[in-house]
Amino acid sequence: MERLNFEYPAHEPVKQRAHVGVVGSGDLEVLLSPHEGGCAQVVVKTSVDGYGQIWKSVLDRFFTRYAGAARIEINDFGATPGVVALRLAEAVEASES
Amino acid sequence: MSAYDVFLERRSFIELGARERARAILDEGSMRELLGPFDHLESPWLPLQDIVCQADDGVIIAKGTLAGHAAVVLAIESAFQGGSIGEVSGTKIAATLELALRECEAGRPVWPVILFETGGVRLQEANLGLAVIAEIQSAIVALRRHVPVVGVIAGMVGCFGGMSLAAALCSYLIMTRQGRLGMNGPEVIEQEAGIQELDSGDRRLIWSLIGGEQRAATGLADALIEDDAQQIAEAVRAACAHGPVAPARSEQVEKYLKLLDAVDPATIDSTSMRLSWQPAHAAAPGHVTQEGV
Repeated sequence: MERLNFEYPAHEPVKQRAHVGVVGSGDLEVLLSPHEGGCAQVVVKTSVDGYGQIWKSVLDRFFTRYAGAARIEINDFGATPGVVALRLAEAVEASES
Repeated sequence: MSAYDVFLERRSFIELGARERARAILDEGSMRELLGPFDHLESPWLPLQDIVCQADDGVIIAKGTLAGHAAVVLAIESAFQGGSIGEVSGTKIAATLELALRECEAGRPVWPVILFETGGVRLQEANLGLAVIAEIQSAIVALRRHVPVVGVIAGMVGCFGGMSLAAALCSYLIMTRQGRLGMNGPEVIEQEAGIQELDSGDRRLIWSLIGGEQRAATGLADALIEDDAQQIAEAVRAACAHGPVAPARSEQVEKYLKLLDAVDPATIDSTSMRLSWQPAHAAAPGHVTQEGV
């Protein structure tokens, strides 16, 4: 298990918290909640070690299109980058609905 | 409507996650989750073993109403650690049942519904998980005198280990054809006793022994329902409205000892089991599907 922390500049307030996904094989759980402090904070706990660079790439890309000042907690059980991107998009959609 | 249209119309219950299952059972818009993922009540034991936690530890407590009556649904998420019962997830179930009991004793009955989808105790939490399964079992026994405790085993994990005993203690047990109920899973039996004892890859054999259809036909489950969220929700409502069951299945000791005495392990198969164990009358609330029995 590995724990990774990321921070991105973000200014848009998050309307409401959202929870999507499950810590099942090839899947992940995303908890998105409002965060004070003019930035977005991401905490990843993943069952697969050594993929920090891939996580950074996925999150870099996600934050080119998302500016929410959110705290995002990710509990990952071996999801592929595509699944991670979809779950993040799903969490954003749920927090805006 | 053709069989094809019926299939398309159906909303699979099995394909729903635990939270969506709870929502599908309760009256629309009535669900309120207690100790949800943002409360971060996680397993303290999994990280010590390098295993990623789930924020709700795999059990959803959903308060709400069933046909307008106060109810609580406990749904186990099978995708997280096989729906296994750890110290936290098990305590969520046990404590909810104990609170429901307190409400019943105070004259405010709450209908408890448990959506079983579990391999049993979480091996990483060993004795703590086993201890809390015992608490769940005694809470079910105490509660069922006041209100029917309704269990659902929809599949595809099924219900095994100590939690199969908890399911057997329920007032009503609702299963689908896809659900399985047994003490040891087929893979465990094959591993321990050899493939000559049981071939766990023989799906037809496995379901003929422990599948929902067989369990309903032998009176160990009360209703066999299609994998349809609406039908399952209706069966749960019917079971709740029926009121407490006396004597409960687990109180009928003499009856089941007699049935067990008559079993010849050398010749017993699923067909002969159905003939000797079939329920005397259709005690099941809700409807039993035509193909079922």
